[in-house]
Amino acid sequence: MTVLGDAWDWLADGANWSGESGVWNRLSEHVVLTVVCVLISVAIALPIALWLGHLGRGGALAINISNIGRAVPTFAVLVLLGLSPIGMGDTATIIALVLFAIPPVLTNAYVGMRGVDRDVVEASRGMGMTGGQMLFRVELPLALPLIMTGIRTCAVQVVATATLAALVAGGGLGRIVTAGFDLQDNGQVVAGAFLVAALALVVEGLFALVQRFTARTPRGGVTS
Amino acid sequence: MSGDPSVSRPPGEATYPGTLAGTPGVSAVTGMRVGAPGYCPPVIVASGDCLKRNSWVCGKYFDEYSGEITTALREHVYLTVVSVVIGVLVAFPMALAARRWRPAGSVLLGSTTILYTIPSLAMFAILQPFTGLTETTVIIGLVLYSLTILVRNMLAGLRAVPPDVVEAAKGMGYGPGRLLFQVELPLALPAIMAGVRVATVSTVALTTVGAIVGSGGLGNLIYSGIDTLFKAQVLTASVLCVALAIVADLLLLGVQRLLTPWERAGGRKRRLPFVSAPTAEVDTRAGAAA
Repeated sequence: MTVLGDAWDWLADGANWSGESGVWNRLSEHVVLTVVCVLISVAIALPIALWLGHLGRGGALAINISNIGRAVPTFAVLVLLGLSPIGMGDTATIIALVLFAIPPVLTNAYVGMRGVDRDVVEASRGMGMTGGQMLFRVELPLALPLIMTGIRTCAVQVVATATLAALVAGGGLGRIVTAGFDLQDNGQVVAGAFLVAALALVVEGLFALVQRFTARTPRGGVTS
Repeated sequence: MSGDPSVSRPPGEATYPGTLAGTPGVSAVTGMRVGAPGYCPPVIVASGDCLKRNSWVCGKYFDEYSGEITTALREHVYLTVVSVVIGVLVAFPMALAARRWRPAGSVLLGSTTILYTIPSLAMFAILQPFTGLTETTVIIGLVLYSLTILVRNMLAGLRAVPPDVVEAAKGMGYGPGRLLFQVELPLALPAIMAGVRVATVSTVALTTVGAIVGSGGLGNLIYSGIDTLFKAQVLTASVLCVALAIVADLLLLGVQRLLTPWERAGGRKRRLPFVSAPTAEVDTRAGAAA
């Protein structure tokens, strides 16, 4: 249990929190990287999923992309991109993270769109709504819970994957862990790991709160 | 420019900049000043040695490093199989407990979900001081990840068993043990196998990260590629990893078909509400760990 004591000592030492390789800097690198990647992947995946879901086409693609994403090791893609002409750095990291963040958004949003009660969609068509009105005023609001689940999974996954970026010369909290390995300082390794785990759990918790909040908003006004 | 040096050079005479003695700053082959206008940097012409050229695809790599590849592949398969088997053995009693006592169920599901949220690098790093740079560290981490998917699917499968069937079996005098293993388990099998497949595929991919504690199977080859920049090694290991995941998935699909022949019987509409294939619920959660 001395390791946990060492980890606590490491965290309690103010010197470890400041400077370029300090916790605050690594944390902000991690958060910035996560936000950028989540925004890019949502911007790419959401319109595709909404469009495919609205048309009811491309179901196999939307579902299988998640299965493919699961079979491909993120770590391998990070290193492959690093060795490619892109080189090891932020660009390679962002591309890899976005590639793996797209499937959860795409699949969940698509499943959410297809899960909308067909009767409701038919009723809106019968009311004379155009395709766009049906999409934005009926299907999208009803699919919102699953869309949010997809974005939540995507965000948690990006936080996790951004940690691996440290192995390929990226920034973020993973650097504290890898630096600890290099220094053979188990206290630092465990302290870094706890920070990463805590960040992932905080992101998960924040999204859970947002979901609970959005779920409470009355839906009645949307379709009436 | 009529006499492009890099084209006129006979094949087989690969030149590496700086390897030939000569005037500094002057290319030994062309005699042109490096950096002078019109200078073409010597292109390394195909010499037949893809290892020296550090090509992405290289047949010679397979010949010279076959031992290394086989060892890594074997370790990868071993880690995956051991982790998934232990995962199934641990998850099954957990699913039974979760079904029996509802509060225990939410606690179990909640805690496995939290475990799943922890990034793999952090997981192995936290375990490492206790179990060292060993395969045990990787296996414990992988088992913990597989639990989320396995417990969820087992529970979904068991809960989907129609109450009528359970009542009928009880009426026929089935005890709790026989009821579980001869009635409920077979009916829950498709959902359980779907979970095992998802868990196996994720485990194959996650094993690579075990390289940071020295036991990542094919991940070791990828990890060392970061320093050596050995492209053929990294690409081969990555492709093998994906291939391994696909093969494992297909094998398990075959096992599932063998175990549940009634699922295939004709194209008739199934009467029992099975939770088939990886369900949307499972899909949404899987993939968080990386």
